[in-house]
Amino acid sequence: MSDRVNDSKNSGASRGAGSTGGTVLKIENLHVSFGEGETRARAVRGIDLEIHRGELHALVGESGSGKTVTSTCVLGLLPTPPAIIEAGSIYYKGHDHEGDLLQFSEDKRRRTRGREIAMVFQEPGKYLNPALRVGEQIMEMLRLHLGFRGEAAEQRALEILETVGLGGNRRVLRSFPHELSGGMKQRVMIAIAICCNPSLLIADEPTTALDVTLQMQILKLIMQLRHKFDMGILFISHDLAVVHDIADRVSVIYAGKIVESGSRDEIFNSPQHPYTRLLLASVPDAAKRGKKLVTISGKVPDAEHFPTGCAFHPRCPLAEKRCADEQPPAEKLDGSRSASCFCLGKEWPA
Amino acid sequence: MSSMNIASSAGSARSFIEIDSLEKTFHARGAGARGKGGFKAVDNVSLDIERNSIFGLVGESGCGKTTLSRAVLFLDPPTGGEIRIDGIDMRTLSASRLRTFRKRIQIVFQDPNSSLNPKMSIENSIKEGLNNIKYAAGEPERRAKLDNRVDELLALVGITPGHKTRFPHEFSGGQKQRIVIARALSVEPDFLILDEPVSNLDVSIQAQIINLLLELKEKLSLTYLFISHDLNLVSYLSDKIAVMYKGQIVESGNTERIMAEPVHPYTKKLFSAIPGVTRIDEEQELVFHVDEPGYSEGLPEGYCFYPSELAEGEAQASPQMLEINDGHSVACFEA
Repeated sequence: MSDRVNDSKNSGASRGAGSTGGTVLKIENLHVSFGEGETRARAVRGIDLEIHRGELHALVGESGSGKTVTSTCVLGLLPTPPAIIEAGSIYYKGHDHEGDLLQFSEDKRRRTRGREIAMVFQEPGKYLNPALRVGEQIMEMLRLHLGFRGEAAEQRALEILETVGLGGNRRVLRSFPHELSGGMKQRVMIAIAICCNPSLLIADEPTTALDVTLQMQILKLIMQLRHKFDMGILFISHDLAVVHDIADRVSVIYAGKIVESGSRDEIFNSPQHPYTRLLLASVPDAAKRGKKLVTISGKVPDAEHFPTGCAFHPRCPLAEKRCADEQPPAEKLDGSRSASCFCLGKEWPA
Repeated sequence: MSSMNIASSAGSARSFIEIDSLEKTFHARGAGARGKGGFKAVDNVSLDIERNSIFGLVGESGCGKTTLSRAVLFLDPPTGGEIRIDGIDMRTLSASRLRTFRKRIQIVFQDPNSSLNPKMSIENSIKEGLNNIKYAAGEPERRAKLDNRVDELLALVGITPGHKTRFPHEFSGGQKQRIVIARALSVEPDFLILDEPVSNLDVSIQAQIINLLLELKEKLSLTYLFISHDLNLVSYLSDKIAVMYKGQIVESGNTERIMAEPVHPYTKKLFSAIPGVTRIDEEQELVFHVDEPGYSEGLPEGYCFYPSELAEGEAQASPQMLEINDGHSVACFEA
């Protein structure tokens, strides 16, 4: 996909000098399943996704759609078994390493993980070690991956804290996670993630547990960091409002498949896939006051029982006969977008 | 749908729910009721909720939203102030009268998994409430009447009555929340407190439940107190909004007006953070520490908005609600 549209309009000034905009991650035809026989759950069924440096790519979907399986697979944290990576490749191009992550040796993966591919989780309280001082947890990374020692490590940790807005405060370094508020803990998580200058950051619902005012600050911080460190970000979320505010590109995932992908403007201004259209219409906001919300009938299918053909067809108002039998291929549309649906452009029923 | 046997004695000018200077103070163990200080989780809160309206209560975690709702239900009786529902002062009710009165107020919580007993079929869960109010007690064919009532309630919320012998784990999250709503409605309340009723649900399911709630409100002339941190949702649903901050209401008014012209600095700040409106301007310098609570040092969560904007002397006094426009009030220090 060389026709990438750089739609981060106001990115010019803050973009790092080393910015290339090149591909940092390219997932191709990834299939992941759990279990066998009757209970086989095909959680991810052929995902294609490309992330460039300095780009915030949002993967939007509901629970059970395969967002988290995809991201843990990229990190190499998916335990196999029970998971089975059936097919696909995850091409990665970072500072020191390049190639298919799925072919990396365990040792090589360990050296990439945390160093080049970092992750921020939803609940910082759960992922920080409660028994270790925050400074220790940051310096652990610096020592392990970059060989920092003693005073130098502490100095570097302080700089990182400054970057994430906990400015130059040794008290923060010496505090335990429970002494920090939720927002500060999330900043510490981000500090740990970025302290080795990764090329790819995976952020899995990083602000879901935070209040709105804090959420905005953390989102802004993440947006700024992608330019500062020239890293690609895979931002996983179910919250369309948040994605609207921060994403450069958006991929919508349903039942283990990406149903639509495009730039933020394309997805939010003129969604094409029926699922995206309904999803956007069903989100309440002040502008829809007094009007009935559009609903998507039925419920999200679980991975053991994904419908045949297009997985969305039982809930889709446009569905035709062949939607139940055949899987629609990803179709390239105008601009930088693509969608998988047989009924694109079909008139919406009243 | 009003089989209320408690006299309704509302003067015409009165609101359905009147909360006046409500206070809830928690004391640390051993400090005693007269121990100094204590923590005021709800401080001088006054609200009027009109009949058949939706009143949205917004605020960040820890601001006292849930404590307020529990105080209104008298689950944690307030330590000061008055609550009048339909003109009846809750404090004057004896314990047994309070029990019967309370069926007029029901609550729906955020997580249906923890509000439904996993060992009870949903039929029995709903019947529990009906038995509590002695539904059809002493009447002939009581069993059949109870069964009919359960079917009626389930149909009302869109659950197939034939599934009533099933257990909670056999339903999806959205269905469970529907069942919880059916159970709340079983005792024919006229006031529902909805404490984040959809925040645990998938995006595509949220809209279904919201539409159901709106439908039920019209059908059964219900009044809602809708508690949420989702400002997009509250601004969609509510007729009026109150913004809570550190136990106090800092601003309240009609939704349109308060959204269009927030006055209090906290309201402004909160509304400016609503996601989904504009793309975040990453060029704009980040102001850090704005609402980071002073970490450790025994400070309570949050910080007071006033001191940065007012002289310290003034900040000591407690702000008063001032009506600046029809039905739009804001907490401020009078000059």
